[in-house]
Amino acid sequence: MTDTLTPVLTDTWDAERSWTLESYLAHGGYEGLRAALAQDPADVVQAVKDSGLRGRGGAGFPTGMKWGFLPAPDGGPRYLVVNADESEPGTCKDIPLMLASPQHLIEGVAITSYAIGCHHAFIYVRGEVLHVYRRLLAAVAEAYDAGYLGTDIQGSGFDLEVTVHAGAGAYICGEETALLDSLEGKRGQPRLKPPFPAVAGLYARPTVVNNVESIASVPGIMAKGADWFASMGTEKSQGHGLFSLSGHVTRPGQFEAPLGITLRELLDLAGGVREGHELKFWTPGGSSTPIFTAEHLDVPLDYESVGAAGSMLGTRALQVFDETTCVVRAVSRWTDFYAHESCGKCTPCREGTYWLKQVLHRIEAGEGTGPDIDLLLDLCDNILGRAFCALGDGATSPITSSIQYFREEYEAHLDGRGCPFDPARSTLFDDTPQAPPALAGAGGHR
Amino acid sequence: MTAEPVGARSRTGYDAETLAALTADAEKIVARYPDPRSGLLPMLHLVQSVDGYVSRDGILFCAEQLELTAAEVSAVATFYTQYKRHPNGTYTVGVCTNTLCAVMGGDAIFDRLSEHLDVGHDETTEDGSITLERVECNAACDYAPVMMVNWEFFDNQTPESATQIADRLRAGEEVAPTRGAASVCSFKQTSRVLAGFTDGRADEGVAAGGPTLEGLRIAREQGWVAPGPQRAAEGEEPAEVPPETGTAQSSAERKPTTAQDEKPGAPDASEPGKGTEASDD
Repeated sequence: MTDTLTPVLTDTWDAERSWTLESYLAHGGYEGLRAALAQDPADVVQAVKDSGLRGRGGAGFPTGMKWGFLPAPDGGPRYLVVNADESEPGTCKDIPLMLASPQHLIEGVAITSYAIGCHHAFIYVRGEVLHVYRRLLAAVAEAYDAGYLGTDIQGSGFDLEVTVHAGAGAYICGEETALLDSLEGKRGQPRLKPPFPAVAGLYARPTVVNNVESIASVPGIMAKGADWFASMGTEKSQGHGLFSLSGHVTRPGQFEAPLGITLRELLDLAGGVREGHELKFWTPGGSSTPIFTAEHLDVPLDYESVGAAGSMLGTRALQVFDETTCVVRAVSRWTDFYAHESCGKCTPCREGTYWLKQVLHRIEAGEGTGPDIDLLLDLCDNILGRAFCALGDGATSPITSSIQYFREEYEAHLDGRGCPFDPARSTLFDDTPQAPPALAGAGGHR
Repeated sequence: MTAEPVGARSRTGYDAETLAALTADAEKIVARYPDPRSGLLPMLHLVQSVDGYVSRDGILFCAEQLELTAAEVSAVATFYTQYKRHPNGTYTVGVCTNTLCAVMGGDAIFDRLSEHLDVGHDETTEDGSITLERVECNAACDYAPVMMVNWEFFDNQTPESATQIADRLRAGEEVAPTRGAASVCSFKQTSRVLAGFTDGRADEGVAAGGPTLEGLRIAREQGWVAPGPQRAAEGEEPAEVPPETGTAQSSAERKPTTAQDEKPGAPDASEPGKGTEASDD
């Protein structure tokens, strides 16, 4: 039995100058790399498989298995690419991790590279987080100076070069093949799969793409054992994970807990929904995961339970909205986002998100009519499973799930009635209108 | 890279000194990658650090460095929102108006700023100091509503605090982000860092803000810790050897909960690209 919260990645974040190598070493940093370098690379892969670690970037694919998909060495280069393009709305775990403890990620990169036979790894960080990029550049430089990167790492004979690469603003680059195209200096558009990156990834070479938190979880597994990691969490969703509470919560923030904790438990820790208000809807794993309501407060937040309840664990981005929030406005804004970020490569997503946006805007403005709700569902039906990558699927999630739970709220907007909510009531800072109603809301909300 | 200096036949309008400096930096960028073209994104940040936007000269420069056509470079430059197509203000002030921040007050902040500065989205104040933008989720939702100035975090904003910050920026005062360097640098300096040329300011600022540490604070208060290491002691079997069937850590005693438990490796929604968001590993 483990405690309610299990600080592992977060454990050093309150240390003095926690981002420095000195601080990281003082808290047991690079023990995992030392343990890994003493083993055969294949044993390192096996340990990560045994730990049960699954991808922390959203899809939950078993990390060790992903590594195992690389073909046998052919003498050519193999690459590790860390997906640090954290952009899924609601997701805010990797950025604070890299700001507070970039060495945790660098150590994971070194171990993973050793395990998969990679000698040049890349960290693709979104360009919109300047100080995180500074900290990563400095962390890599410190690691080189101390012999944790570079040639003959810690006398092992293993060489590794690490390049930290800043993106330039594009949500789609969080999709792993779009990220690879972007890293090759192209427009970030997804590739047809197969071939998967394990076979033909960066520069068409075998490549592992992993999320920041996944890679940062590897040092602990090496230092403390696969069984230690698997002792946390549930039967099929093992280990610790960062749960990010945001929105109408008394004390939002990062909560590192075993997978399987519930929103009810997390809300208790965070002081509940803001005073005087009640939970209306929430996302379990970012805006691309179907929304939940108060009836899902006790769903264990693990891959299987969230899936069985009709959503996805995603990135454990728990965005909490209270009863002052108009669900149509929330969904309409997410739809603006998907329409804006659709890369344009495939028709269902490019055209579909455009039309979803038009219909939602007119519903929000009170100009929608009866058939518009079914029109939205029909549009979603024509996108889901037909888009080139998961962005299109994700765009449909908030729409179909919100109509499922709040159809009557959509209906209340129709036929000239418009939005019954006052947007000023949901703001954090005030309950009185900040702007004339005609100006409130950026998405045509009135 | 040809032996002949690019300047000798560059179609860009840069003067010799600027061109020489840009070329030296471009060589450093290209050296980071196995394939020179991977240097295009940082190189576009680099030309923004000189021109304040991706200019025609900047596009030609990248094309010449990487032996691409100007059209190929333009196609990339127009794909990404951080590359500006007209001269940017000294400061990009970006208000998150994605759902969560918008609901928590981002819409009101944007509207107030827009009124106060008399500019709309992606427009620059007449004095050239501020370019106002709506930005998408910037991964700081626990600090909503969030504003970014030259991609530094300004957490938990209100319309009043945001307009104050804008006024101070316009007055040329030093302004410190909530989590970031000790002061906000210019758009051009920001672009230079994003091109991979550090400004030595990584040690400035905090490690984390309150919300980042909230779970840790509670764990410390409650005495909650992660389990102790279960790595085998010296001389014993290493821990990565699978546990014997029937022992406490054996998966054999786990009850199947999903179809995948019965058939390991069976495809499901967690397979890359199947039914989840774009961030897909």
